[in-house]
This record gives sequence, C-alpha cells and structure tokens, in this order.
Amino acid sequence: MSTTTKTPVVAVETPFRRFVSEFAASKIAMVALAVFVFIALIAIFAPWIAPQNPYDLAVLDIMDGRLEPGAIGGGGYVHWLGTDDQGRDMLSGIMYGLRISLLVGCGSALLACLFGATMGMIAAYAGGKTDSSIMRVVDLQLSFPAILAALMILAFLGKGIMNVVIAIIIVEWAYYARTVRGSALVERNREYMEAARCLALPPRIALFNHLLPNCLPPLIVVGTMQIARAIALEATLSFLGLGVPITEPSLGLLIANGFEYMLSGKYWISFYPGIALLVTIVSINLVGDHLRDVLNPRLKK
Amino acid sequence: MRITTAICALGLMAGAAQAQTMTMTMAVGAPVTSLDPHFHQLSPNNAVAQMVFSRLVGTDAQSRRVPDLAESWTAVAPTIWEFKLRRGVRFHNGSEFTADDVAFTIARVPNVPNSPSSFAGFVRPITRVEVVDSHTIRFHTATPYPLLPLDLSNVYMLDRETHQNATTEQFNAGTMAVGTGPFRVVSHANGDRIVFDRNDNFYGEAPGFARVNYRMITNDSARTAALLAGDVDVIDQVPTADLARLRGDARVSLAEVLGLRIIYLSMDHERTGPSPFITDNDGRPLAQNPMKDIRVRRALSMAIDRNAITSRVMEGSAVPSGQFLPPGVFSHVPGIEAPAFDAEGARRLLAEAGFPNGFRITLHGPNDRYPNDGRIIQAIGQMWARVGVRTAVEAQTWTTFVARAGRQEFSAFLIGWGSNPDGSHPLRNLTSCFSRERGWGNSNRGRYCNEALDNQLITAMQELDESRRERQLIDIQRAVFADQAIIPLHIQTNIWASRRGFVVTPRVDESTIAQSVRPATMR
Amino acid sequence: MQSGFVLVAMSLLVFLGVYAVGDPIEILISPDADQEEKERAIRALGLDLPLWQQYLVFVSRALQGDLGRSFVFNEPAIQLILQRMPATLELAFGSMIIAIIIGLPLGLYAGLKPDTVASKTIMASSILGFSLPTFWVGLMLIMVFAVQLGWLPSTGRGDTAVLFGIPWSFLTPDGLSHILMPAFNLALFKISLVIRLTRAGVRETMLMDYVKFARAKGLSPTRVTFVHVFKNILIPVVTVLGLELGGTIAFSVVTETVFAWPGMGKLIIDSINVLDRPVIVAYLLMIVVMFIVINLIVDIVYTLLDPRVRLETKGT
Repeated sequence: MSTTTKTPVVAVETPFRRFVSEFAASKIAMVALAVFVFIALIAIFAPWIAPQNPYDLAVLDIMDGRLEPGAIGGGGYVHWLGTDDQGRDMLSGIMYGLRISLLVGCGSALLACLFGATMGMIAAYAGGKTDSSIMRVVDLQLSFPAILAALMILAFLGKGIMNVVIAIIIVEWAYYARTVRGSALVERNREYMEAARCLALPPRIALFNHLLPNCLPPLIVVGTMQIARAIALEATLSFLGLGVPITEPSLGLLIANGFEYMLSGKYWISFYPGIALLVTIVSINLVGDHLRDVLNPRLKK
Repeated sequence: MRITTAICALGLMAGAAQAQTMTMTMAVGAPVTSLDPHFHQLSPNNAVAQMVFSRLVGTDAQSRRVPDLAESWTAVAPTIWEFKLRRGVRFHNGSEFTADDVAFTIARVPNVPNSPSSFAGFVRPITRVEVVDSHTIRFHTATPYPLLPLDLSNVYMLDRETHQNATTEQFNAGTMAVGTGPFRVVSHANGDRIVFDRNDNFYGEAPGFARVNYRMITNDSARTAALLAGDVDVIDQVPTADLARLRGDARVSLAEVLGLRIIYLSMDHERTGPSPFITDNDGRPLAQNPMKDIRVRRALSMAIDRNAITSRVMEGSAVPSGQFLPPGVFSHVPGIEAPAFDAEGARRLLAEAGFPNGFRITLHGPNDRYPNDGRIIQAIGQMWARVGVRTAVEAQTWTTFVARAGRQEFSAFLIGWGSNPDGSHPLRNLTSCFSRERGWGNSNRGRYCNEALDNQLITAMQELDESRRERQLIDIQRAVFADQAIIPLHIQTNIWASRRGFVVTPRVDESTIAQSVRPATMR
Repeated sequence: MQSGFVLVAMSLLVFLGVYAVGDPIEILISPDADQEEKERAIRALGLDLPLWQQYLVFVSRALQGDLGRSFVFNEPAIQLILQRMPATLELAFGSMIIAIIIGLPLGLYAGLKPDTVASKTIMASSILGFSLPTFWVGLMLIMVFAVQLGWLPSTGRGDTAVLFGIPWSFLTPDGLSHILMPAFNLALFKISLVIRLTRAGVRETMLMDYVKFARAKGLSPTRVTFVHVFKNILIPVVTVLGLELGGTIAFSVVTETVFAWPGMGKLIIDSINVLDRPVIVAYLLMIVVMFIVINLIVDIVYTLLDPRVRLETKGT
C-alpha cells in the first residue's frame, strides 16, 4: 500500500505503526477487537474454565436435561444458562461451541481466501486462456449448490469438524476468486500497473507487491462476510443434519438443536448460543469493517 | 332487485360459513410421492391411497382386519382362499366394481413399470386367480398361506375398464386417480398439496368434510407453527419437543395411540473375529467380537434406562418395550416386560464375560429418520459409559446410514421397524436368517441367525388355525428375546394434533387419512 | 464448448457423488421387500449396469433431450423441475426486489452521511442481517408474525393465478401474503449485502477526483449523487446481485424447507434425501446452464456500466 501513498513518510513512522495508530483511532473498532479477543480467549481456554466437558458423554445425564438457567443439576453445580436436552451445561456448551465455530469459520475463510485470491489474481493478470479456464472452474463451483457439494463431500469423508472446513473451503473459494479478479481487472489497467509492466517487473512482484494491495479492500469486505457466512453455513449444515458430530456441537448445532424447543418455551437452549454467535460475528465484522477503512488508501484524507 | 341482492349476499355468507365448516386442511410430515396405488410402497402413499381407493380387506383404527370391498373371506381348502365381494360398489367414474377388476388388479401389481418398491410381495403367494362369479373370487396358493387376508389389506383395487393402460404419470396428474374410496382427487401439486372432494356415492360411512386440503409440511417446527397459526386444522407426527406446549394449549387437542413401530438396537452377529467398531480400552481391536456373547448383549440391554429415554428424550411419546409388538396385538408375548434398568447387574455380567473394565464401542444411528433418533443414541452412550463401556456416538443421515448398515459395517446401531399386526412379520424380516431363497431376513442387518427358530417359523406360517398359529409365534418370539437377538428400546406413540372443532381418531398404523377426522359436535 | 465441458464435469461428479453417498434402492424400497424384489427394482431403475455404462446411457439419452425419469415419481425429471420452477423464481425475484427496495436507499444514506447515528444504526443492523443463520431467522419470523401476531400465514404457497399459462402466486392477495415472509427471509442476507456494497461504493466514489471535481464545479449534491456516484456504485451492486440471483435460486433450499415452499430447492433436498439421481443431475445441469446465462448477462451489464472494462476487452 505504501506504493500508492503520496504523503511523504516521516522517518520514525513505519506503515505498520501508522496502521495501528489509525486503527486505534476508532473506539468502536477497539471495543469490537477487545470483545473478539475476549471471545477468542474463552474459546482457547474453554477446557480449563468450563464447568463441564460437554463432549464427554460419561459426565452428561439426561435426567439433568432441559434444566432452566440457574438450576442445580446432578453434578451439584449451578447451570447458569440452563442445560440442553442431553443435560449438557449450556455455558460449557457455548464455550466449547465457540471453539468449533471459530475454528471452522476462521480456518475455512482464511484458507479459502488464500486459495481463491491467488486464483483470481492469476486469472486477471494472465488473461486469455488461463483466465477463462479458471473462471470456468469458478462458474462450475458457484453453480454447485453449497448444500449439495457439502453433502457429497461429507458423505465421502464422513461427519467431522475438519471435513466441514474442507467442504466450506471448496464451496467458498470461488467467491474470493471472482471478487479479486473483478477488481484486479480494473486495477491492472491503472497507470501504476502499466508502469510496472513497462519496467518489466517479474509477474510475481507485479502481482503480489503491486496488484494485491490494491485489491485488498474488496477482499477484506468479502473476507469478513465470508467468515460470518462460513459460521452460518456450518450452522445450516448442522440444521440439515450434515455438519459437526452431534456429540460435539458447535454454536450452530446448539441453536439448531434448541430450536425445536422454542415453541414450547424452553428458549435458553437456542437463545444463548444464538447470542454468542451474534456477538462473535458482529465483533468480527466491526473489526473487519474498520480494517477496510484503514487499509483503503483512497479513503485517506 | 335490491332484495335479490340481499338474498344473494345472505346466501353467499351462509355458503361461505358452511364451506368453512366443511373444508378441512391437514398437514403431514412425510411427502406423498405418487398417487398410483401400486407404484411405490411407502406409508404416505398408502395413506392417500386409503382415501381414494379401497381394498378387499380393510383395517380399522386398531389395525384389525375388517371387511371392505370383500364382505367375507374363508379358506375353503388349505390352499384356496375365497372372497365374497360387496355388491353395488361403483368407481368415481361410475364404472362398477366386480371380481374381474380384482383379477385385473392382482395382475397389474407386479407389473408397474419403473417401480422402485413394488407391491408384488403381497400377491406373490397367489399362484392362480379364479373368478367364480361376478362377486366371488378365489386365490390359489402353493402352500397353506394364512397371511393372505393381511397381505391383501395392502392392495388397492383398480378398475379394468378405466385403468387398463393407465400410467403412473396419469395417476399423479389426477386423471387416473379414480377409485372406490371416500374421496376423489381434485388436484395434485407434487410435494406440496393434494385437494380432495367427498365422494358422495361412497358405500361406507360418509366423510365429515366436503373438501380436504392435504398439505405436506416436512419441517417439524413449521408444521406445529402452521397449526398454532390456524393455517391447518390437523397435523400428524407432532414433534415431541412441542408436546408439552400443545398439551397446555386449550385451542389444540391431541389424539394418541400406541403404534406398531419398535425402536431397537441391532448388533453385529455376523463376525466372530474383531468387530469394526469395538476395541479394548486402549483402542486395539478385540480378537473376539464380544457381541457374540449373550452376557454382553444382555448387559448392554440392562444398562439402558428405558424409562429415562421415554420420559426425558421422548417426552412420554413412547412406551418401553422388551419385544416387537405392543399388548393387545395378535401374537404379543405375555410376560416379556421391558428389561429393568440394572447398572450393577450389567457390570457384573460384563465382568463374567471377561470385561471387568468394559471395552470401547461406537454406536451408530440415523439423525433424521425417527423421532429424536440422534438424542436416543447419545442418551444410550451416556448409560453405557456408566457401566464401563466407553461409547462414542455417531449419527448420520439416513441415506448414508442405511447403506452402511445394510453392508454390515457397524458393530451396534439404532434402527426402527413398523410391524404388521402379526408376529411373523418382524420375525421373518428382522431376526430370521438372511436367506435369498426364502426371502427372509431382509432387514436383518445384524445378521442374527438361528436355523431351529426359522424352521418353527415355517411351520407357523402355514398354520391356518389362528390360535394355534399365535401360540407358535409367541414361542418363537420368546426364544428370540431370550437370546437377545436385538435390544428392543421402545414402541412409539402415534400422535396427531387438531384445532378446536376437529376430532381425530388416532390410528395404530400411523396413516394420516381424512376419514379419521370428524367435525366436533356443535354445542 | 467450455460450458459444455462444465456440464459434462458436473454430471460426472453427480454420478460419482450419488454413487458414493448410498444406494437409492436401500432408501426407496420397502424394508420388508425380499432380495428378489430388490433385484427387480435395481433392474427396473437401470442400476444393475456398471456405473460407466449407466453414465453412457444417461449421456446418449441426454443428447436427445431426455434427462431421465425420476426414480421416485416416475415422471421425466425435467418436467418435475419445470413444474416447481415458477414458485422458486417468484420467491427469488421477490427477495431481490425487497433487497433493492430496502438496501439501496439505506446504503446510499449511510454512505453519504456516514457519521450520523442513523447511519451507524443502519450499518449495525446490516451486520445482524448476515450474522444470523437463515433457518433461524425463518423460524423466528414464523414464530412472531404467524404464531404470535397472526398477521401472515405461516407456511406454504397461496392461491395462484395463471399468467402466460403458468400459475403464479404473486398475482393474488392470498399468494402475496404467503410469499412475503419467505421472500423477506431469503432477502435478509442480500439486504445487508446491498447496504454494505452501496455504502462502500459511495464512500469510495465520493473521494474520487472526478466527484471532487464535479462538486468543485458547483454541481448540486443531488446531481453529483445520482449521476456521478450512483452510476459508479452500480457496478459492484449489479455484479453481486446478479451472482446472488443464481445463488438465490439454487440455494433457496433452506428457506423453502422452513416455509414448506414448493419450489425447486425443496425438490432437490427431497431428492437428495432419497438419492433420486435423475432429478439431482437434471436439476444441477439446469442450474449450471442458468449460471452461465446469468454470468453472461452480468458481464454484459458490467461492460456497459464500466467503459474501462469494455476498452480492455476490445484491446485483447
């Protein structure tokens, strides 16, 4: 991004420091970042701070099933957020569920982005045959309904967290490819790229040092959306019975499981995981949103 | 002029009010795939067939055989059944129903093109059809076959003149869905709804509604919501999670009856060596399949707290069972109760069998087939873990699950079975040796096999004396459960919910038909 | 020809995929059917042949315009899909219209006046829009508007009226009341998308030299907004919405399941559940064709809107 900044750079200010100070200028973004870090910490340390290991069937008891928030179960401790149908402590379930949802969401979005963006840039830069064959694959990918693709992949591999990640990558990479190609097509005709071509820079440098930074803003917008989308897709897959294993529920599966009890008034089984999901995604998006503003050179005053 | 308008308006209002009471909308959870009554043997299709067509032998709400198009039937010789037909029955298009139509139907059943699951099995025992006169027909069988009336209660009668060259497509379009039943098809939108009108010339009890909208809402919550919102009057397959709420709702009443569907665990009886999903506590395969040991099977059964499952997971919509059939049904075994929960006894038996510290197992099951199937296997996982059998639980979609179970890939799995009200039906399909020649053991995915019991079953299935046959079937079932061939869990309750103003007679056979619904008597 | 390759690849993948998932006969056949009956059914559906032969049979028939008959319904697969298509199309377009009507003005406002409380509220709610899983929102909508308030019918498609020989439900009041909730549910994600794209576009364009120049020239803010800015932000909005239309049609699976909407999405989910391969294949092939067409249209519109892309295409 430094390539397009025309302001003379002060000696002590590195691009990274400037980025940090600009990012820190927004209070909302900082709060969102703090919330996200907090959530991430909960997810990482869940096994040490959760009152129960909700994935161990031996510690669950269906006789504790569907307890209201604040009730004391057979384990002798308070279930602050109630329990689900299996007697799973919802607080522990949410902590562990966050782990899985974040792993699935961030992991798959990151990998899909990496792969998709590379393909998109290659397509835009190379043009011609390469471009059209990559975009054919993208079309093929985009035309394959996510649910079906996921069903088939999961049928090949079986249920499981890694398999869901793989399925989401396969389903989502094409979005990145298309986005990056779209903006790269515009960017490659700008003067700086022409200059790079005139200087006969190797394609690798032209692509990654010059083209990529300028394609970043739309990529970040799509990227933040795709993390949210990946988490939601995982939830939907679980809703259709294809996602993570039922003994290791993610936030999405907790919501899906609990929803059956909504009509009968046992709101907490679905409601609290829903809130956790919401807070997570909103904080990710707020951070991403602000990152985008900061990273976009043209928005600088 | 003005008066006429007023009268018209009044008439319209009255008509509208009447139409409202006379139309009933019901929502079912399983989609109907065809209106051809011989194309695809599937419960939702059979339910709709019961509304449009009729059978020689009908079934009442308790699944007892009752006269329908046939007024009576007797075995006039050991291998000849004679059916006397009802007179004066006409199809929706006015064509008369005669013995010749029966002969036509029996011939059509095995020859429906592209049928993925035909009704051929029900007529296969018939070696020859003999039309005695216009309203008497005889069926010849190779061996004495007491089950023929039961089998024929699945075969819907068509008309030779009307259906001579009828295709499944024409049935689905409604043009050929012409039967002798209480309703005629007005329109059919595939996978969405079927609209029926009352058949005013029906020979039996007149239906309570002039028009019936039969909608398919496969999502459970959406079905309950549609009922609560007043969009539909009756729903079937009430989700257990909503039972508590619906029981407390004055606008809604529930109709419940113990059904014929048993939920059970099947175990790997085939392998004597290592079983694929059983290992010792360190994850190494066991040299011997522990499921071959009756003590292990019994211990696993005793370790299950069936009452906890039916009360907590099923929320009271199932009854624990130790055998195939519920009480009151032909060939129910008196004296076999649901095994009592006994964790201590289970541990003792496991220790006797050489597993004082248990072993590891993966319990498989579907998660989209039976009510709460995924929850039940998790609950069993909890219970087994408490007696030292460390259990991993894996739930899959039915499509994947059933294919793998059919290839004997699992060590233990949950599955269900909807029985005919005759012990020979589950015995023949679930616990008899898998045999292509006999056509038995078709759903025996655990491959339990006991030749001696099969021979007894052959005798029973040729016994025309009902009470003697019942005794024989009871003896065989007793032996099967003494050997713990399967681990029965519970029998499901069939539940319908209706809005005020509608009364549903619950049916043991799970079928949702408009004949079961009546307008509540006005006060 | 490349599209042809896509079609072949797709049909091959589906054949392999369905083959790997399970055995249609196991699912379709009655559990008490004996081996003889099973084998008869396998032969009847042509599943006794080796997979490659089944595929060849399919291809040779497909070239004559016959995509096979549904295992379940015994009707031509393509006919089944076409029957369900109007329901899905009206749902997809309905959601599109809702997304534009709600999303574009809100996004424009948020982009022009980014620092007002209203804008921040809009952006915050747009984040909610794509944070919530569709199925959950759908069920919530049913809970609130159908069950609690009783304003709208909970599920299903309403009365239809015939136009061009096809029954449409948006032509009747009853039909409209039925379509409102599912269309909104399906639109939710797209509303957020349109808001964000519009806002991002507006903010970016406002800083462009030519907009600055236009403003400096003394053009009225309205004119600047609607002529200069609006035209520029349409590019990403059109691209994404165009792509989303195909996606909406293909992926309306969840909304259709929740709202019992008798469209193609529900057909495909039901078909997957019983491994009705001919319907799955036919459906996917149709979706692929549709996508190719949509992409073509989007590319054309895109070219019309952005002269730079047009010049570039001509140049190479």
